[in-house]
Amino acid sequence: MKRAAYILVRNPLSLTGVILIALVVFGALFADLIAPFPEHRGAVVDFANFNKPPEWPYLFGTDLVGRDLFSRILYAYRISLLLGVVVLAIAVPIGVTIGLVAGYVGGWVEYVLMRITDVFLSIPPLVLAMSMMGLLEPTLTNGMLAVTAMWWPWYTRLVYNLTRSEKEEGYVLAAEVIGASRAHTIFREILPNCVPSIVTKMTLDLGFVILIASSLSFLGLGVQPPTPDLGSMVADGAKYLPDSWWLTVFPGLAILVAVFGFNLLGDALRDILGVDQ
Amino acid sequence: MPPVVRLLAKRLGTSLIVLVGVSMLIFTIARVIPGDPARIALGPNATPEQVETLRERLHLDEALPVQYGYFLRDLSRGDLGISLYTNRPVTADIAQFLPATLELILVAGLMMILIGLPLGVIAARYRGSWADHAVRIFTLLGVSAPSFVWAVILMLIFAFYLPLFPIAGRIADSYAIASVTGFLTIDTLIAGNLAAFGSAAWHIVLPAFALSLSGIGQAARLTRSNMVETYDKPFIEMARSYGFPERRIARRFAFRPSLIPSLTIIGLDFAAMLGNAFLVEAVFAWPGLSRYGVAVILRKDLNAIVGTVLIISAMFLLVNIIVDLLIAFINPRIRYSQRAS
Amino acid sequence: MSAPTLRIADLGLGFRTWAGPVEVLHGISLHINKGERVALVGESGSGKSVTARIVLGLLQELKSARISGTVEFEGRDLDRLSARERHALRGTRMSMIFQDPTSSLNPVYRIAPQFHEVLKRAEPAISEAAARARAAALLSAVAIPEPERALDSYSFQLSGGMNQRVMIAMALANEPALLIADEPGTALDVTVQAQTLALMRDMVEEHHTSVLFISHNLGVVREFADRVYVIYKGRIVEHATAEGLFADPRHPYTRALLSAVPRITGGGIPEIEDVSEDYFQPLVVHEGCGEPEGAA
Repeated sequence: MKRAAYILVRNPLSLTGVILIALVVFGALFADLIAPFPEHRGAVVDFANFNKPPEWPYLFGTDLVGRDLFSRILYAYRISLLLGVVVLAIAVPIGVTIGLVAGYVGGWVEYVLMRITDVFLSIPPLVLAMSMMGLLEPTLTNGMLAVTAMWWPWYTRLVYNLTRSEKEEGYVLAAEVIGASRAHTIFREILPNCVPSIVTKMTLDLGFVILIASSLSFLGLGVQPPTPDLGSMVADGAKYLPDSWWLTVFPGLAILVAVFGFNLLGDALRDILGVDQ
Repeated sequence: MPPVVRLLAKRLGTSLIVLVGVSMLIFTIARVIPGDPARIALGPNATPEQVETLRERLHLDEALPVQYGYFLRDLSRGDLGISLYTNRPVTADIAQFLPATLELILVAGLMMILIGLPLGVIAARYRGSWADHAVRIFTLLGVSAPSFVWAVILMLIFAFYLPLFPIAGRIADSYAIASVTGFLTIDTLIAGNLAAFGSAAWHIVLPAFALSLSGIGQAARLTRSNMVETYDKPFIEMARSYGFPERRIARRFAFRPSLIPSLTIIGLDFAAMLGNAFLVEAVFAWPGLSRYGVAVILRKDLNAIVGTVLIISAMFLLVNIIVDLLIAFINPRIRYSQRAS
Repeated sequence: MSAPTLRIADLGLGFRTWAGPVEVLHGISLHINKGERVALVGESGSGKSVTARIVLGLLQELKSARISGTVEFEGRDLDRLSARERHALRGTRMSMIFQDPTSSLNPVYRIAPQFHEVLKRAEPAISEAAARARAAALLSAVAIPEPERALDSYSFQLSGGMNQRVMIAMALANEPALLIADEPGTALDVTVQAQTLALMRDMVEEHHTSVLFISHNLGVVREFADRVYVIYKGRIVEHATAEGLFADPRHPYTRALLSAVPRITGGGIPEIEDVSEDYFQPLVVHEGCGEPEGAA
């Protein structure tokens, strides 16, 4: 703990990451209390105040139908974080289990599982998610499904490589010698040693899931209006550059802040947990 | 058989298996979607007869493996079917739109290597200094925003506020250049039209840079961490003990061994670029595969989707084979090892 | 009498770490006369390797390291030399041999170009062909059977013993005044280590090279060194001739070390588990082994 605190304090970037993520999560959780115009999350129209540049009380300006961008960004964070958490909650257990089994069991099981993983890894992530979203209906659930489908193989590859090296370690051989079952060796002996790497990657990935999800909605293949979404806000605003610059710049920066924060946090965790890249 | 040839053969074989897997995956996704693909493709106003004709043409009434068999048979003839969106062969569509995308990606890849690697080397050499921190922040920012955000920001700053670069397109409209390679920067040179080349080169700078930023970040970060790791190896200490100049140690002793893992990530970043090109093309109205890809996806144009994904994956696998060969070229341990793995 | 090749006086070293400052060396003094082989013996973590790195000037570049005391090389105070002048000594007047020969050679270059680099330190204009000829001669001097083939190999294609010979040849290629050997060949198996050490001994005798020999292996030290310093937790505890030390160990720590040595020669220092207050008793210097008075 002392060491963790030292790393955080000594490195201003890590501290910045903690603060940024605290702000983002806080803003998303308490959007109802913080947002000046909570009702603007939905299909509200206020033509009296449309397309206003940043000015009180519209911190980030208003969009083309007069909705407060700051309020919408807070609610968009809520959706983004939810999506990130759900995707990882599904993708990580799947990916990790396949990686552990392939790495530990070896033989044809390894060959088949890893070739399947290769198949998913050799379609550019965004293209795979795009194709799935295009073929399914663009809803939040399907968005989660599409991103999950492209996400699990990265954990498989990570854990597979870790398992292959851990397998040779003394403690694994010792467990095998005393007759531990395969399941015990895999989940009670090897898995705990992979946890630091997995946790670090998950922290980084929370940012990257937000990034990919916003890319999907930027192309019109994600969450549909009127639900606030950072990617579609940028896409809508881009048509009105450069005059109504706030329409694109603030949602864009909102993505940047969240992903940047998770990256800094992930880096700090990597230092604290002593994980190799 | 020389190890490099064996490595190549092995990688080609694996890639082929993976590519078959990709085709099965995307084919299955495309056919098991809810609803009748023919009806979706033709829209609600089509007559039942039209739908039935299309179902027959696409073999939709057969079992899935049979459909896949037809698909493979056509594929082996270089036929990816007809796009329901453009009514042209998918292969012709792809051939028309792919070069612009490839050109963009290649320039971005070049930027990634020419900017990312040196940044990583500088950061590692001056570890802990202000230069290291500056590189770290720059590279973190690079990977922390999707390329469409960078595209918008770059466009706003360098095309609108400081009108240094053009806002959209591949080349000024006044030039008519005969297509030879499909790469405008090359075709203009073939045509001997330097002004047109300038225009084409000028147009590609901003989109390529926006596309490369995340790759630059990844390449620089990885190169830095590899170099830092290499700097801790005994052979670097030995080089230091012999008093070789630091510059030479960085360039000759530390860089080459560190490059090997960096190359792997560069291969993966190319894959990411194949996807991110869709985003950047949309912002800069770049006439590449993106507009086509998004259009066919939104219209559920099965043949075109399958074809586009397949081509993109094939390019990704190709890049990775090239990367593997480069690694074998740089790393003598692979070249001379008994088991090329 | 001319100045000793190496004279270290009251050398201290501390590091800043997350747990606060850590003192590694508490003011050690030692010297090596011309052509003399001196061993610095201690457990891992006793501070012997950092001493070698300070002599080479490698630790001075670390920001977190704080160094005090003086290091004189051939009568010149290293602290008073510019970084450039200090740098010029490395690889020419002093060189170093490392623990693991195989990982100390760069895996992506063949031996010949690595030799070329080393020879260029002394003779910047040397041609590739001339360097190759010199390298081949040096390799035959260390009893490498097919020097030409070794020159065209990568380190991972040669055995550990061969790599160690290559390292010795490289280290002596520019006729340095001081050779620092940090646990040479510990990574090799015992017989190969013994062979290469005998070879190294012959080579330094022939070239009148002074050697700072760092080891945890008392058996090896007895074979190799003229004089021995025993170091414990950053302090020199005993200083004697090799003969004197083994015949009459006087410091409690040295005695503990020697009594714990397994009977087979070549055994390393076993871990002495109980730390005794006695080990912190002051330095014992044997007759005729004093440090020379500082001439700086």
